[in-house]
Amino acid sequence: MTKQQANWSPYDNNGGTCVAIAGADYCVIAADTRMSSGYNILTRDYSKIIQLADKSVMASSGFQADVRALQKVLASRHLLYQHQHNKQMSCPAMAQLLSNTLYYKRFFPYYAFNVLGGLDNEGKGCVFTYDAVGSYERVGYSSQGSGSTLITPFLDNQLKSPSPLLLPAKDAVTPLSEAEAIDLVKTCFASATERDIYTGDKLEIIVLNASGIRQEYMELRKD
Amino acid sequence: MSASQSVKKIIEINPYMLGTMAGGAADCQFWHRNLGVKCRLHELANKRRISVTGASKLLANILYSYRGMGLSVGTMIAGWDEKGPGLYYVDSEGGRLKGTRFSVGSGSPYAYGVLDSGYRYDMSVEEAAELARRAIYHATFRDGASGGVASVYHVGPNGWTKLSGDDVGELHYKYYPVEAEVVEQEMAELPVT
Repeated sequence: MTKQQANWSPYDNNGGTCVAIAGADYCVIAADTRMSSGYNILTRDYSKIIQLADKSVMASSGFQADVRALQKVLASRHLLYQHQHNKQMSCPAMAQLLSNTLYYKRFFPYYAFNVLGGLDNEGKGCVFTYDAVGSYERVGYSSQGSGSTLITPFLDNQLKSPSPLLLPAKDAVTPLSEAEAIDLVKTCFASATERDIYTGDKLEIIVLNASGIRQEYMELRKD
Repeated sequence: MSASQSVKKIIEINPYMLGTMAGGAADCQFWHRNLGVKCRLHELANKRRISVTGASKLLANILYSYRGMGLSVGTMIAGWDEKGPGLYYVDSEGGRLKGTRFSVGSGSPYAYGVLDSGYRYDMSVEEAAELARRAIYHATFRDGASGGVASVYHVGPNGWTKLSGDDVGELHYKYYPVEAEVVEQEMAELPVT
């Protein structure tokens, strides 16, 4: 007697890729705007990025219905925090909140692969990378989604920073300038678009620094 | 989640207790943090620090209540309390063992080999740290799933301190330096005809 298999799945994968890079005083968060289902493109103009707080921006690939639900929960919790503490949540605090929010659905997870980027309390760039159930780590750069297997080795080659576990500690933040990091991100997506069918159409880039927040777009291949 | 060479596998529960991570990263991170919260609540309720015995039992009881639901946690709780040093192994099957040495994870058989052959109860801190470092190094050498940085911490009466964090690639050449080979015959260019 074989175990009964489900003939319907509550999940779907809408594809797409997200990248974030932390610098000395900036953070670049980017994602493509293609939303797919199987071999179909649902739309070429869907944003996977949301600004959760003054200095926290989240990009998520995976199942966009779950991503949208997750974004709403986090936005609501941030509003409560502002009412209770009369200030914006810091990026490290938002990082912990996201981890706990994901783990609370440990037995029916959000199918969301997240990258949180922003500025920490000292104004330095920070990037936090997650798995679907909330395990997280602060890193210098990260990529998630369908194109991550193509982008991560390239970023390792260009940006590889010493492990934060080393003692004596070595500085991990990338020495690249903001303009160089943005250029690197554009290069990553141009390459990923070539080989990953789920990545393409348009690239949305968000840049967070001391002066505030900025948005840029770049066209990608639409095939 | 894709592999990382810098995942923190030693979790700082509080300034005098550490937990190690093996199995599901999110499960370990979440429940260790939860254990830290419970330990702090114990301190506030009882006006004294929780024992390692008590802390490990709190964690073991939580994991036992989730038994069969798919949590994956293989952890060691190490700390210092009124009875001195304490070390417990706790896992998601509900197991909890007190001991003087443990090795957990996919590379654990390799680490046990080195650990068991070099262990003495009356080792100095430096000797024990070097033994632990070697055990981790040998596990990373043979186990494909282990690697990156070997971290060593010490837990004493005043809490824990990090002793070292070494890239295992560098440890390899430190333990097994490459000697310059005597070149008997050098390769020569073939004459162009």
